[in-house]
Amino acid sequence: MRPLTEVETRAVFEKLGRYIGENIQLLVDRPDGTYCFRLHRDRVYYLSEKLLKVATSIPRDNLVSLGTCFGKFTKTQKFRLSVTALDFLAPYAKYKVWVKPGSEQSFLYGNHVLKSGLGRITENTAQYQGVVVYSMADVPLGFGVAAKSTQECRKVDPMAIVVFHQADVGEYVRNEDTLT
Amino acid sequence: MGRKLDPTRKDKRGPGRKARKQRGAEVELARFLPPEPETGKKKLSSHGRKRPLGGGGGGGGRESAGQTPRGRPGFSDSNSKWLAPAKAKKIPSQRNSVELSSDGEVEECSWEMEEEEDGSSDEMVDDYGASSSEEEELLPIEKAALKQKSDSEDDSEEEDEDEDEEVAEEAVGEASKQKMGQKEEDSTDLQLNLDIDEQFKLPTSDQIEREDILFISEPPDLHIIHQRIKGNMEVLQDFVVKREEGRTRQEYLAVLRRDMAAYYSYSDFLLMKLMDIFPLPELINFLEANEVPRPVTIRTNTLKTRRRDLAQALINRGVNLDPLGKWSKTGLVIYDSSVPIGATPEYLAGHYMLQGASSLLPVMALAPQENERILDMCCAPGGKTSYIAQLMKNTGMILANDSNAERLRSVVGNLHRLGVTNAVVSNCDGRQFPKVLGGFDRVLLDAPCSGTGVISKDPAVKTNKDEKDILRCAHLQKELLLSAIDSVNAASETGGYIVYCTCSIMVEENEWVVDYALKKRNVRLVATGLDFGKEGFTRFKDRRFHPSLKSTRRFYPHTHNMDGFFIAKLKKFSNAIPQAQKDEETAEEPTAPSTAPGTVMEPQPKKKKLEGPKVDKEQKPPQPALKKRHPLQAQRRPLKA
Repeated sequence: MRPLTEVETRAVFEKLGRYIGENIQLLVDRPDGTYCFRLHRDRVYYLSEKLLKVATSIPRDNLVSLGTCFGKFTKTQKFRLSVTALDFLAPYAKYKVWVKPGSEQSFLYGNHVLKSGLGRITENTAQYQGVVVYSMADVPLGFGVAAKSTQECRKVDPMAIVVFHQADVGEYVRNEDTLT
Repeated sequence: MGRKLDPTRKDKRGPGRKARKQRGAEVELARFLPPEPETGKKKLSSHGRKRPLGGGGGGGGRESAGQTPRGRPGFSDSNSKWLAPAKAKKIPSQRNSVELSSDGEVEECSWEMEEEEDGSSDEMVDDYGASSSEEEELLPIEKAALKQKSDSEDDSEEEDEDEDEEVAEEAVGEASKQKMGQKEEDSTDLQLNLDIDEQFKLPTSDQIEREDILFISEPPDLHIIHQRIKGNMEVLQDFVVKREEGRTRQEYLAVLRRDMAAYYSYSDFLLMKLMDIFPLPELINFLEANEVPRPVTIRTNTLKTRRRDLAQALINRGVNLDPLGKWSKTGLVIYDSSVPIGATPEYLAGHYMLQGASSLLPVMALAPQENERILDMCCAPGGKTSYIAQLMKNTGMILANDSNAERLRSVVGNLHRLGVTNAVVSNCDGRQFPKVLGGFDRVLLDAPCSGTGVISKDPAVKTNKDEKDILRCAHLQKELLLSAIDSVNAASETGGYIVYCTCSIMVEENEWVVDYALKKRNVRLVATGLDFGKEGFTRFKDRRFHPSLKSTRRFYPHTHNMDGFFIAKLKKFSNAIPQAQKDEETAEEPTAPSTAPGTVMEPQPKKKKLEGPKVDKEQKPPQPALKKRHPLQAQRRPLKA
């Protein structure tokens, strides 16, 4: 386990920023203590400093997970955000998309969101903006990238994709093995 | 006088399906039985009986002949000639059925019994009340008495006896007729005694051998075995009275064990162990409970939602549920559901966790406080760990450890799904603690066990566990428990507790392990805080445990409708490790210098005197764990070192 390097930190923050904008500061400086990011086996973990003390005393081979995993670095050093970060993205999300009950299941299976399933969308969402997907009951379902800006969404036909799927909570059941 | 009008008897009138009377069982029976000797005439339909026969009296002669019931009340009026009590017809048919039963038709017998108790069939046949109302007023005992008087062979007990008789007979497979004769002689002595209390005939050893041979050619009849189990149990309950001469209790028990092993598919070893733990009637309940799965229960994740909100959301999805009980504020039991419980959006969002009801108990006993350091030594699949985290409200620190890397993936998945942020997951052997990390406030040890409490989940346990497995588990559990105790900091302000639990009901894995720990370390048992559940054993067969074992709790599937479980809560009162005389245990903990007798003696005065002898015992040469324990009385005597 080691702290993130400059480059890595920038990659992570940039990715996070696409979803929560400048609220990243809120993630780091929290009222209940300082939180930090650590890298362990190519995965980025978000944990409090208190937890850090304990985690450092465990041998590297035996350490499996610490705090919350935000995502992992791929072989080519690109950062991929995983669904386990949803709990931290959702409260600070700037652009949100609400999905109708009928297409909830479809999104949870890993499909993109079509216009016919779109319930609401935040005003002035730009195209290719990172969005967090909610159900109509305000339960976060996952996140993705807006395929069309809000204006275009109004005009487009019902079978067009409006949000590209990136991660959803259904992965806890579908891809349980790859979460570690 | 006209027909008897019984206002209490309501007949169905008018058009409609139910108003049509059924023909009654004796009509059905007539298909199998030979024609009745007395009735040399055609049996009349209900309508035929109602019709005045041959214009009033002429045809009445037909019916009256053989129909006058032997000793039965008939009509006192002029209609008695043609209004025969319909029940009279049943007696001959019963007699026939008894003869049939000797050929081994069990079904006829039991059916016949039902029929005679059911007076309503008469009503349906004969609309004009006949004498059936009078029949109903007779108590069963009187009916039986009447029948016996009328026909010496024909007593109601006979039929009961016959049933069980046949069971035993068919098991034996020969000489059924002789036994029948013998039984009849016995039963005539017991004419008026309606106690269904017949002699259970224990099969002899060669009969058993013959059964074993038969077993190879055809599968055993479970119904017979079940009957035999029941009969055997009855005899064993009241052995002095009901035993057969010359057969020992051991033989009865041996046959019972064999039958239960065959009926419930257990290995003989496991059944012997279970017979030691449970008294016989409870054993049957336990075995039956293991055939049925326990209800599905879930635990609300209070980090993300509230129980009533979750219940509402699930009900909207079409799930039938209820709160688990007064003892749990987060549990819900699922009766049935139209959607898969493990895949609802609420589950995926981490609002609840599928967890057995008994798994909630050790965490409730542990009672973790906020801002504590907790170790969960065998955490997979993470249900208890996440419950601890939610009780701590994501404060403090939890170290979730498991030795199996495969199962750790589910731990990580569950912790992330449920939004637990204060957990570190590690993959060490539990025995390496506290070398890896020590000084925890509380430790939860859900030790790997033989799984005899969760047979309903995994029926393979019935046959694949033997003595070696149990002892191996016990050995591992002892090591883990000692490591757990060593990892706790006794000087912690809020903590110093270890909860040891297993999902097993074997004494070797439960009380024995805890007793071992009491001897080896400076811990004592405290109340678990669970007010229901059976107390643990303080003595078992030839072993005697510390009396404080009473504060441990056992849960059984048949009494509490949750998986079998054992929970013990220990409090560590000193960080020192008591040293044995021969220095076999070296102190691993550098926390406190273990000048053994000195520091150990220190906390002595504070505690009850029973703790004292524990130290004395340490100074004896350390006994291997498998040796027989001395009774407590011996321990109380001060040892001369």
